[in-house]
Amino acid sequence: MIDVSTTPATNKGGPATRRRTYRPNAQYIPVLATLSLLIVMYTVGAVNYENFTHPSVILNLFTNNAFLLVVAVGMTFVILTGGIDLSVGAVIAMTSTVAATLLQAGWPAGVVIPVVLLVGGVLGFGMGAVIHFFKVEPFIATLAGMFLARGIALLINQNSIPITNGFWTSVAETRIVFEPGVYVSGMAIVALAVVAVAAVVLAWSRFGRNVYAIGGNADSALLMGLPVGRTRIGVYTLSGFCAALGGLIYSITTTSGYAGHGTGTELDAIAAVVIGGVLLTGGSGYVLGTVLGVLVLGMINTIVNFASLNSWWARMAIGVLLFAFIVLQRLVTRKAK
Amino acid sequence: MTFLKSRLMWPVAMLVVLLLCGLIFSDGFFDIRIQDGHLFGTPVNILRASAPLVLVALGMTLVISTGGIDLSVGSVMAVSGAMACLIIGDLSNQNSVGGVAVAVVVALALTLVLGLWNGFLVAVLGIQPIIATLILMVAGRGLAQLITSGQIINVQSSPYKVIGAGYVLGLPVSVLIAAVVLVITVLLTRRTALGLLLESVGGSPVASRLAGIQARRFTVMVYVFSAACAGIAGLIYSSNVSSADGNNAGNLIELDAILAVVIGGTALTGGRFSLAGTTLGALLIATLDTTAQSVGIPPEATLVFKAVVVVVLCLAQSATFRAMLFRRSTPRPAARAEVPA
Amino acid sequence: MGEPPAVLEMTGIQKIFPGVVALDGVDFRLLPGEIHALMGENGAGKSTLIKVLTGVYGIDGGHIKLSGRDVLFTGPLQAQTAGISTVYQEVNLCANLSVAENIFIGRQPRRFGRIQWAEMRKRSADLLKRLDLDLDVSAPLNNYSLAVQQMVAIARAIDIEAKVLILDEPTSSLDASEVAQLFAIMRRLRDSGVAILFVSHFLDQIYEVADRITVLRNGALIGEYRTAELPQVELVRKMIGKDLAALEQLESRERDSAEQLERGEPILRADGLGREGAIAPFDLTIHGGEVVGLAGLLGSGRTELARLLFGADKADSGQLEVDGKPVTMRSPRAAMAHGIAFSSENRRTEGVLGELSVRENIILALQAARGWTRPIARRKQDELVGKYIKALQIRPDNPETPVRNLSGGNQQKVLLARWLITEPRLLIIDEPTRGIDVGAKAEIQRLVAELSSGGMAVLFVSAELEEVLRLSHKIEVLRDRRLVEELENSGDVDADRIMQTIASGAAQ
Repeated sequence: MIDVSTTPATNKGGPATRRRTYRPNAQYIPVLATLSLLIVMYTVGAVNYENFTHPSVILNLFTNNAFLLVVAVGMTFVILTGGIDLSVGAVIAMTSTVAATLLQAGWPAGVVIPVVLLVGGVLGFGMGAVIHFFKVEPFIATLAGMFLARGIALLINQNSIPITNGFWTSVAETRIVFEPGVYVSGMAIVALAVVAVAAVVLAWSRFGRNVYAIGGNADSALLMGLPVGRTRIGVYTLSGFCAALGGLIYSITTTSGYAGHGTGTELDAIAAVVIGGVLLTGGSGYVLGTVLGVLVLGMINTIVNFASLNSWWARMAIGVLLFAFIVLQRLVTRKAK
Repeated sequence: MTFLKSRLMWPVAMLVVLLLCGLIFSDGFFDIRIQDGHLFGTPVNILRASAPLVLVALGMTLVISTGGIDLSVGSVMAVSGAMACLIIGDLSNQNSVGGVAVAVVVALALTLVLGLWNGFLVAVLGIQPIIATLILMVAGRGLAQLITSGQIINVQSSPYKVIGAGYVLGLPVSVLIAAVVLVITVLLTRRTALGLLLESVGGSPVASRLAGIQARRFTVMVYVFSAACAGIAGLIYSSNVSSADGNNAGNLIELDAILAVVIGGTALTGGRFSLAGTTLGALLIATLDTTAQSVGIPPEATLVFKAVVVVVLCLAQSATFRAMLFRRSTPRPAARAEVPA
Repeated sequence: MGEPPAVLEMTGIQKIFPGVVALDGVDFRLLPGEIHALMGENGAGKSTLIKVLTGVYGIDGGHIKLSGRDVLFTGPLQAQTAGISTVYQEVNLCANLSVAENIFIGRQPRRFGRIQWAEMRKRSADLLKRLDLDLDVSAPLNNYSLAVQQMVAIARAIDIEAKVLILDEPTSSLDASEVAQLFAIMRRLRDSGVAILFVSHFLDQIYEVADRITVLRNGALIGEYRTAELPQVELVRKMIGKDLAALEQLESRERDSAEQLERGEPILRADGLGREGAIAPFDLTIHGGEVVGLAGLLGSGRTELARLLFGADKADSGQLEVDGKPVTMRSPRAAMAHGIAFSSENRRTEGVLGELSVRENIILALQAARGWTRPIARRKQDELVGKYIKALQIRPDNPETPVRNLSGGNQQKVLLARWLITEPRLLIIDEPTRGIDVGAKAEIQRLVAELSSGGMAVLFVSAELEEVLRLSHKIEVLRDRRLVEELENSGDVDADRIMQTIASGAAQ
């Protein structure tokens, strides 16, 4: 028998105790940290501010951040492979503008929605192809995608286009009401559905596991016979698709299309993913963590609102949290080695 | 000027084409007139518009030459402008030259601290440059707004106004500042051994260490330099509009600066850098924006053009793509340009 | 004795990289139910052959037959499906994933497209049991030691129902008991009919487990032997090349100069210097004007020893004295301050900077020592660089040529020039003649001799015994990361004597 207990593993006990003792996996530590942070923030808010415990506070987190949630899910896939996607904010602008323009031209919603989603996916596919085949750094390739998407949006229309389409306005009104004043919007439900699908794909599909493998070690993944190129292009396509969906949600909640929509969303999405415990170098993290990350960002804004503070506090707080989580990641990965 | 034939040919050609477009489609594009002893006209506007970008791009060039990247430059610009305006706003006499000088020095000192922070994260903690500078990119704007208490601070200071909008001997001060920093950077890197050692660190950190180069020290140095350049750019920006705007100062300039560096022929992977190329790249971007405006193209449409430029340049730098393109003929190694220093 | 038909047969394999013929008409065959060792020094073509076999590289000529049928692999996946599975020296797994996933990724059991995790864990645990391993298969792989990771890689490889199992230096991270464990598994697999290709630098291991040995040298096949019929000394000789007679001839030519040496003061003295996992504690004294040769096979610790002296790696035991005063080599910079120079064996990655010009590469170390604020005047640079381009006959002789455009030999000369202009007292050169043409090789050897007669101490690391014997006054023999013997290069030392030590390990 090879004596496993001499390895750096923590299995000091015999084989019998080894299986039973629960020890939080190092991979869960960041997610647990985010969850604790969220609970602490909520407690602080509840203690200090009246009405903070009203159920609508939590539900509004989902309603207000539905588009960010969807975009951040796409970003999670990309970052899990060790890449980055700077184009998502611009894709929101582009898709909302395209959607509003087509609707204005009288296209039915049933056509516009798939067209817009396709546009986002194709852009993502293109960026993924450039990254994979020509070995262009993701940062630069998606920067070009960002310029392109925002530029197209501006070329189409520089002004905000109102959307009067019946489907759009009725969907914008759709909400599940629990009691007067307490509701979630239909878009939040869509976002949660996206989260659920993404979680299942990451945990239970070969594609999802390949994403983790590439982020862990792309060279090894190739030598293990995994379809690295297909997977890598796939995640950028997925991210483009999610950004387009985020753009649709944005256009629905604002009933408008505008080339200025989504400015800085890529930063919020990256911040949410990092705060949610996804390793920026790839290979470790969960969609659930990303959801928590988005909620933390939303909670920061909520507290800032309740405290009637200026918005720069929110930015500072996000910066500090980013730093804390990046250092935490360094510590966790160093310990793992 | 033989080097123009190789690496800088495309940016130069593009610049010429743009200027020609301006000449053809816009009346009086090249008219330079002297008014109140100052130069005016579109070319002067282009230079003035390019000054902050040139500054930021110079700092970015050195960072990129070591294989790093600095995303925080836009935020640093905002912080520096905010700090200067805060101090000037509190002066009893906003027109006091001494008071403005103190404001400028304090603002620049603050940016040096920010640069040290970036350098510390990258060189000492060993965090990837993109991630390390992302922190300050996000938090820096908050810091800028914290300094200005979230207001847009307006200042009425004629000495401060000189930095961004003044003229000396008929030439815009901002352009002169950018030119001076360019000259200093060239001297600093090419008259000393700094340029060589930076290129060595960017080319291969391992080989550099074995040659006895203290890579860590140089890494910190370039981030501090980059922050200082961004700080000066922030002063020019805020002086020009006589206010500090934490939200808009230097917004997205990090992307333009990176683009300018790449257009100038410095590879994002580090190594050889060209300050002349970077300056040219920054001028090209500023010309693009200005020309588009005078020709009547919505300035935002230039984004599409930038996207095309990025794609073309990156593909040109991609070994795989070149191999596909020149499958039959062997690729001629591009002659390397030396910055005439 | 009748042999079963070969499961794998490679004939006339040709593989050319730009400027290098990596494999030149190599034949290789594997029989079912044998453990076959592939031997050769660095650059012999072992890893190229393995990469061809696993589909990482295509071939420029020759045929590969698997179970009697012609095959052509376009990628690792194809080779795997054809029944060739590989375990690499560097553990090529994803340490962030669980043990079970690492074994099954890409082939996970699924139902309705959904991965059956429970099933996968159960099958992994069973598989590992067969290897006598009891691991928590749902724990991430990086919870376990390298040795266990290596065993998991082997588990993944054998689950692929392989006909051919390639083990490329799997033992370098294992300790003795783990190696024994691995060998037991290998024998069991062999007995069940799997053909195993085994690469290791440890001769003892080869002789313990391998049935047959194929030796490669410089991309060419030297021969295929039964282990039992090939003495260790003979194997070393075949790997290193040069038969005994030719070596002795060379030696006698150079021997005179070696004997006349009058040793100067000791420049450097290592006392029990060592580094865990790299080189066992050793004693070494180097005098001025002396050429000290390090002999030993690849992986014997010769590079590791050199790097410790230069401060490229930190020692964790023992002392180092320079000029009789104790020093700590914290960094290469510290070593340079003591007049020590080091030219790495990895010319391209740790030596020259390809993008920079010949001139810049040559002045780099001197400039680094002076600091960035004191640039070497351009005129002085041109003078120094011109002098060494001429002295070392660097081609092309234009100092502004980017170094990446130079041949390997000329790059090596640039690297030597870089250190020579710093006027070191001790020059450490690791494999300066590997992979360069004969002419450049001779020039570099001559240069080393000249430098030492000029009073410089040289620590010369080379895989080629011929060179070491020819140039050195004193030879340090290494084996299995241990300095086993120090030999004065006088009349009674010959290649045979050194090979004996390398092969058997002399009592210290």
